[in-house]
Order: sequence, then structure tokens, then C-alpha cells
Amino acid sequence: MISLYHHGDTVFHKCPAGVKLLALVALCTGVFVFESIWSVTVALVLVLCLYPLARLPLKSVLDQLRPMMILLLILFLAQGLINTWSMAVFISVRFAALILAAGFVTLTSRTSDMISALETLLRPFSRWLAVEKISLALSLAIRFIPVIAGVTREVKEAQRVRGLERSLFAVAMPVIIRTLKMGTHIAEALDARSFDSNDRKGKND
Amino acid sequence: MICFNDVTIRLQDRVILDDLKVELSEKRIGIIGLNGSGKSTFARLINGLQIPSSGSVTVDGFCTKKKGRQVRRQVGFVFQNPENQIVYPTVEEDLAFGLKNLKIEKSRVPEVIHEELDKYDLSHLASRLTHQLSGGEKQMVALIGVLIMAPQYLVMDEPTTLLDLKNKNRLMSVISGLEQSVLLVTHDLDLLNDFDRVLCIHDQKLVADGPPAEVKKYYQSLCGL
Repeated sequence: MISLYHHGDTVFHKCPAGVKLLALVALCTGVFVFESIWSVTVALVLVLCLYPLARLPLKSVLDQLRPMMILLLILFLAQGLINTWSMAVFISVRFAALILAAGFVTLTSRTSDMISALETLLRPFSRWLAVEKISLALSLAIRFIPVIAGVTREVKEAQRVRGLERSLFAVAMPVIIRTLKMGTHIAEALDARSFDSNDRKGKND
Repeated sequence: MICFNDVTIRLQDRVILDDLKVELSEKRIGIIGLNGSGKSTFARLINGLQIPSSGSVTVDGFCTKKKGRQVRRQVGFVFQNPENQIVYPTVEEDLAFGLKNLKIEKSRVPEVIHEELDKYDLSHLASRLTHQLSGGEKQMVALIGVLIMAPQYLVMDEPTTLLDLKNKNRLMSVISGLEQSVLLVTHDLDLLNDFDRVLCIHDQKLVADGPPAEVKKYYQSLCGL
């Protein structure tokens, strides 16, 4: 999710992220409403066809599936042993179709477009929700996942030198303190870049 | 013009800056001082990140306390660590953030971003993930993120501290070509050679103010050099 966007110029890349997200929701609902092996297989084949049409390399299909392989395998074995093997195939195919469909949306949509789409979808609730703040919070979360991972790595290395890498306290405390300090600096940077948190509820450019 | 009118900053019982009175109108101004002397606080006062405990700071007549929003539009701020300044996952998304805050028409945003990146030969960074950039690239992106908002003044708080010599020179050559007035907080005295004016802050007070050579000499004597 940390911007897996694959640059391209196809109709799928140009399609608004909101439309793709809604299509994803429709597909997810569809594969649960039409519960047959044929319907989920058709869904999987359709999703697989989208990848070459969007000129996404085969590697990107594998990259989407690889982290979920163990989970798919466990799911397949559990269903096969507890239920039936045909049910195991059905569930696994359905799960794979969903992962690949979600991956397709991620690969063809910029993070900012997805967040803008989310803002648009939340807009009707702007009377109760600070939509701009929610979208900014999401962007910040995505942006700072690798940064905090880096901080954790640095702290672990520093503690390893001192022989404390197994101490949860010795690793967690500096990470928490540095993250909190970072939060203060980021808030200042947002202010310095003219983000006006009081002007954001329900308003957009 | 930036005016400090009898500015004092107190945090609990501690005085951080004491009764500062100074007017700044030069194009290139350097701010030097020992660690903890109050020079970063001085810089933060200029765009309203810090509000005086007493006295006032005005930028082109706008008081930082009462007209914070207008002041921040006029004064760009570059922090020491670009990691904390870049808030979006990719370079173009981060640059778009500033333009969005300025309420620039959405359809014009990509064009403005690419024009600005082109200006500094950094178009190739547009779709890069910000956390994968080098330190020098991050600082350039942070700087462009501020410049794209076309501020009148640029305040930089030790922007070269984390940079190698090559990137430091690159950043300084960009800074020297800017039309904006620049206020640079630094420990690197060589960067201030061509500046119009240098201020030295020591023990929470403005102790020297004048041409670079003169103030640098005074600062070196403070350091026992």
C-alpha cells in the first residue's frame, strides 16, 4: 500500500480511483452473492485479464499473491480437511480473485487519487466528520510506516551494540519517544506549509 | 520587512529569548550562535511557529500572533530534518499538498509541480517514493515543497546539517539563486560569506549584528577561537 502505483497510460490508469474502488466493492459483493465455483473462476479469470490489459507485468501478479500464499495454503488445507476439497478450491479461488482485484486497483491508482476518492465518498458525512483531516491522517500513516520502521531498525541496531536487543523495553521506549517527537515536528511542518486544520471540515479546493 | 518588537520568550521559568528588538530587510541574512542560544526559536518566531510571550513579531505588517495564516503564506520554513517535513508518500503528492493548501485549481497542479521540478533538474523524482530518496534529494524536495508555494521570505533552520559536501553546495547554489529573502540559521560560517548581514545570538540575546566578517569574528571569539 505504500504507493505500489505502477505508472501507465492505459484506460485503467486514467479511470477515476473512486470508480475503481466502487467496482472493487461490487466485485467483492458479487463473489459472495453468487456462490458457485464457476462464478468465482470467471471473476478470477476476468481479474487476471485486467493485468495485461493495463500493461502490468506478470511479476506484479506474483508480487500481489506471494505474501498471501501461506495464508491461501492454510485456508486451502483447513477447508479441505474440515470441509470438502471442492469447497477448499472454491474458497481459495475466491480469495485469490479478491486479492488480485484489490492489488489491481492499488497498482493502477496513485495513493493521492485513492485518498481523494475516499474524501469524495466521505463528503456526504462532512457535517459530522472532518474529511480533510481523515484523508491527511491516512496519507501520513502511509508515509510514515517506512520511516518508523527505519527508526525501529536504528534503535535495534543501537541496542544490539549494547547487548540489549532482546529487551523489549530498551527497544520500545526510544522508538516511542522518537515517534512522539517526530509527531510534534510533523505537526509544525504541517502548520508551516499552511495546512489549516480549522478550515478543513467539509471544505475542499 | 520583518520586525521584532521587544520580543521575549519564556518557557516556564526559563527565558529562551530576551527583549529582542531588530528589523530585517536584507536579502540574505545569517543567524549564528552556540547550541541552545535561541537561534532556532528566533527563526521559528518569524513564521509564527512560536508566539512571543511578550512583544510582537510582524512580517510585512502582519502580526504573527494575530495573522498567523497570512504570515505563513509569506514565510516558507525549511526544517533541519526533511524527513519530518515531507508528509506524502511520493514526491509529486507531497508537492501537491502545498498547492492544495493554497487552493490552487486542481487541474493546474500537475503542471505547476513539473515546472518547479524542471527548474531544479529533478523531474525524474516526480513519482519516486519519498522514503527511498537520498538525504540530499529529500532536502531538495522539502525545499521545493516550500518554494512551490511562492513565499516572500524563506527561513531555513540548519538545512545543511545532514548533507554531504556535494549536496550542501548544491543546496547553497539553489539558495543563492532565489529571488526571495533568505534567513539562514547555521553553524557553518563559510555559508555566510556572501550574505548581506549576520546576527549572532548568545545567552538569549542578540549580541552582534553586522557584516559577515565582523560578526563571524565576534562569534569565533565567543567560542574561544
